[in-house]
Amino acid sequence: MEDKFIIGGKELSSRLFIGTGKFPSNRIIPQVIKSSAAHVVTVALRRIDFDSKEENMLNHIPKDCILMPNTSGARNADEAVRIAKIARAAGCGNWIKIEVISDNKYLLPDNFETIKATEMLAKDGFVVLPYMSPDLMAAKRLKDAGASAVMPLGAPIGTNKGLKTKELVKILIDEIDLPVIVDAGLGRPSEATEAMEMGAAAVLVNTAIATSDDPISMAEAFGLAVIAGRKAYLSGAGAVKEFAEASSPLTGFLGA
Amino acid sequence: MVVRLLNITLNGKKMEVEKPITLIELLELKGIEHEKVIVEYNYDILVRDDWNSTILDDNDNVEVLKFVGGG
Repeated sequence: MEDKFIIGGKELSSRLFIGTGKFPSNRIIPQVIKSSAAHVVTVALRRIDFDSKEENMLNHIPKDCILMPNTSGARNADEAVRIAKIARAAGCGNWIKIEVISDNKYLLPDNFETIKATEMLAKDGFVVLPYMSPDLMAAKRLKDAGASAVMPLGAPIGTNKGLKTKELVKILIDEIDLPVIVDAGLGRPSEATEAMEMGAAAVLVNTAIATSDDPISMAEAFGLAVIAGRKAYLSGAGAVKEFAEASSPLTGFLGA
Repeated sequence: MVVRLLNITLNGKKMEVEKPITLIELLELKGIEHEKVIVEYNYDILVRDDWNSTILDDNDNVEVLKFVGGG
């Protein structure tokens, strides 16, 4: 079955996007990307610390990956736009994950500022993937503003709690004519499968892989889980029934 | 000869440098591998081609950024 996944005019070879934060060592990131088979990889932009000699993250990311810098650290639309423009100036393409957060406890995104930033950046030629709280009206406005996908959270960033927003994400999948990518909060491969089975276009996973005991193996597990979930979605799950329904014929028993 | 000092802000910290100094000389002074960084000069992105010809002035604001891990 042909199942192309295209965002911003690019055909993506994987529906698992991965983040590069929190790994015990950045040196394992090439193996993590390989074992996950991810095509889109997120990074962040920060001031250089002149006192530390840590290596540049770009050295660890294979050239055939699509780099999706995020605007983490932005507290409003203008800051997100500034970060996006700096990232693009670095010559790593025009994809941007908008992340506008002013709440430090739950790290919940500010949908209002995110919509403003999406509009400005989409007009400026960016492929914009906004991280958002799963709200239908906000998702509609993001689409109108020129977003290439919407990325609702499954649970607060870094919590590994799973798809706690399931009902709301399902509404976005049903109602929004854009890829819905579940970003943040997924803690286990089964939760990635759950998101994909209900029709998410992709998932973005970072903490669950980076903080596992074996990130390279966990990255592979997430890759497989996403493939399984997508296949199940395309196959159309059978109906749920209230009472038992025999799988074997109920006639022709021996000795009857 | 009197050494003249410039006051600039680099990545949010005030510092003094001897003038004249170009942007690329400032990066070298701080030991930065320049092919891996992005420079914002007085709140505008400074393209690489202009690093050599940009001579810093008093009260300039320079941000040197790079990509790090993130989700």
